[in-house]
Amino acid sequence: MNLRPDPTFYPTPKMAMAAPAEKLAFTLMLSPDGSQPDGLAIVDVDPSSKTYSQIVHQVIMPNKGDEFHHFGWNACSSSLSPLAGHAFLERRYLIIPGIRSSRIYVIDVKEPLKAKIHKIIEPEEVFAKTGYSRPHTIHCGPEGIYVSTLGGGGKDGTDGPPGIFIMDCETFEILGRYEMDRGRQDKHYDFWWNLPRDYMVSSEWGLPPQFENGIVAEDLLSNKYGHSIHFWNLRQRKNVQTIDLGENHQMALEIRPAHDPAKDYGFCGVVVDTTNLQGSIFVWWQTDDGTFDAKKVITIDPRPEKAENLPPLLQGFEAVPPLVTDIDLSLDDRFLYVACWGLGEMHQYDVSDPFNPTLAGKVELGGIARGAKHPNGKDFVYGPQMVEISRDGKRVYWTNSLYSTWDDQFYPDDEGGQMVMANVGENGGLELDKDFFVEFPEGYRSHQIRLEGGDCSTDSFCYPSV
Amino acid sequence: MTADISTTAALWWAVLASGLYHGINPGMGWPLAVSSALMERRQSSLFKALAALALGHLLAMAAILLPFSALLWLAEWQTALQTGAALLVIALGIYLLINRRHPRFLARVPPSRLALWSFLVAMAHGAGLMLVPIYLGICETADAGHTAAGSLMRGTLSTALLVALAHTAAMILSGGALALGTYHWLGLKFLQRTWFNLDILWALSLIFVGLLALLLTH
Repeated sequence: MNLRPDPTFYPTPKMAMAAPAEKLAFTLMLSPDGSQPDGLAIVDVDPSSKTYSQIVHQVIMPNKGDEFHHFGWNACSSSLSPLAGHAFLERRYLIIPGIRSSRIYVIDVKEPLKAKIHKIIEPEEVFAKTGYSRPHTIHCGPEGIYVSTLGGGGKDGTDGPPGIFIMDCETFEILGRYEMDRGRQDKHYDFWWNLPRDYMVSSEWGLPPQFENGIVAEDLLSNKYGHSIHFWNLRQRKNVQTIDLGENHQMALEIRPAHDPAKDYGFCGVVVDTTNLQGSIFVWWQTDDGTFDAKKVITIDPRPEKAENLPPLLQGFEAVPPLVTDIDLSLDDRFLYVACWGLGEMHQYDVSDPFNPTLAGKVELGGIARGAKHPNGKDFVYGPQMVEISRDGKRVYWTNSLYSTWDDQFYPDDEGGQMVMANVGENGGLELDKDFFVEFPEGYRSHQIRLEGGDCSTDSFCYPSV
Repeated sequence: MTADISTTAALWWAVLASGLYHGINPGMGWPLAVSSALMERRQSSLFKALAALALGHLLAMAAILLPFSALLWLAEWQTALQTGAALLVIALGIYLLINRRHPRFLARVPPSRLALWSFLVAMAHGAGLMLVPIYLGICETADAGHTAAGSLMRGTLSTALLVALAHTAAMILSGGALALGTYHWLGLKFLQRTWFNLDILWALSLIFVGLLALLLTH
C-alpha cells in the first residue's frame, strides 16, 4: 500500500496520453511444442538507449507446456474509481495465465530488469475453486482481478460452460466465480466494461476441443464457433442481453470499448465470415432505453490466390482470408488498429465517427502466400497479430504468433517469434520503424505485449476526458 | 467533573470539525459528485450526487447516535455508557489499524445508488461511532441540573439529530467545495495529486477521540 495513488494511475484517458513515453515492454514468449518453459521477455523500447530493440531480461518459468497467451496487471487506473477505495494499490504485478496448463503466474516487475516470480497458482486450485479451466484475459476492476476462461471443468474443458472468476488484487487468492446469471452464454473469450455505467461486454471464441489441437474446419464451416456478444450488469453479475452477430460471423474475439467512459460504444472484431471469408468489425452501443445494439461497420475482403501457394487448409477456397485476430483502440478513441493475420496487414481506421470508419493507414508485413518483408530487409514470420498501442498513440507494437497449433496450420513452413513497431503520423498513417525489430530466442514464439505503466488494452478509466 | 459553556462549545466545534474531516476525505465520496457531473455534462448532477451522499451520511450518523440517545434515558448508567462507547471507538480504531483491507461488499454497490453507498461507507468506517463520545459529552454538559425524565428524553433525542445534522452539513459543505473546485477550476489532476491514504490517520482519529472521552469522563 502506498500513501498516494500509483503515479501510473490516471483519472482520464487524456491524462494517460500526456504521461511520459514507455521505456520498456513486456512480451510473452511461448514454446509452441512445450519443449522449453514459457517466459516473459522485457524489451527495451527507449530509442535513446544503447540496448534499444533488445531483450534486456527474461523470466523463464519453472514448468513446461503452459502456453502463454494474454496477461494483465494486478492494478490499473480503475483503482481511482471513486467507488472503490483501492486508490493506493501499486501497478506492480503481471498476472500471466497458461491457457494450456491452466496455471497462473504472478510476476513482480517492480524492478523490471530484476523481474521475478512472486506466486504460482497451480491448475488444481483454479479447477477446485472455479470449475473453470484455461484462464485467458485479465482486467482489474471493482471487485479485484477478473480472469476470463476458455474452458469449463473436466479433462477437455467441456464439463459446464467457461466463464469469469475473480482474484483478490493484493493476496492473489482465487475468490470464486463471477457469474450469478449467465443467461445464454456458453462460450467465452474476451471481456471489458464501462465502469461508471456499470456494464460489461463479453465475447466467444470456441470450446477447447475446437482450438487446442488446431482449428476444426468442419466446425468452422458449420458455424459452430462463437458468434454472439453478451452484455452484463457488471455489479449484479447478470447477463442482461445477448446479441447474435449472425452465425456466419465466426469467432467474435476482442472487445474494445471506447476508453472515455462518457462514450457509450465499443468495437468487436470477427475473425471470418464463412459466407465470403471477409473479416469484419462490429460496433456495439447502448441505446437510450439502456439496451444494446450492434452493427457491422468494417469489412475486409479476402485476397484470391492460387491453390498451389496456399496451405492445405485453404487450398479449397483459392483465397487468403484476412483473419482479423486482434484489434486495439488508441486512448483518444480515434484510431482502431486491426490485425489481418492471414493477409499480412495492419490496418489503421479513423473511428472518430464509430459508425463510419475510414481507412487511415496500412502496413503490409508477412502474410500467407505473400511474405512482405520488413523495411530492414528481414522476413517477417506469419503476419501481424497481437497489437498494442503506446499511451500517447504515437507508436504501435505488434508480434506475430496467433496460437501454437493454428500457426502451424496457416503457416506450415514458418517458425519464429518477432516483435516490430510502427510510427503513427500526426493525422494518421502508419509506417514501420526500420530500427525496431526484436527476434525472440530460438524455439520461442511471441504473443501479447504490455507496456510499462499501462497501455491501450489494460487500463479502465473512471472519469471522462474533458 | 464540571460542565461549563466552553466545554459545550468545544464539543460542538468537534462535531463540525469531524464533519469537515469526513467531507474532505475522498473515501467518503466527493469524487463521485465530480464524476457524475462530468459523465452527465451538467453541474446539476454534481449537486444531485452531493445530496444523495449527504442523505446516506446523515442516515448513518442517525443510525448510530439514536440508539445511544435511547440508552441515555437510563440516566444512572451514564458514566458506564460513556466509558463503554469510548472503549468501543478505541477498539474499532485498533481493528482498522490491524485490518487494513477494504470491505469487499462495497464494490457490489452500483454507481446509481449513491445514498446507499454513502450510508454503507460511513457505517463500514465507523464514521458515526467517531461522533458518539462527542455526542455523549454534549448530553452530559446539557444535563448539569437534574431534569425530569420526559424532557431529558426529548433533549437527548433532539441533540442526537442536531449533532447528526450539523456534522453532515459540515461534511457536505467541505466535500462539496472540493467537488465544485475540482469540477470548475482544479481539474482531476487535483484528485490524482491530493488523494492521500488516510487509513492510518482515520484509525488513529478513532483511537484519539475514544481516549479523549475516557480522560474527560474520569
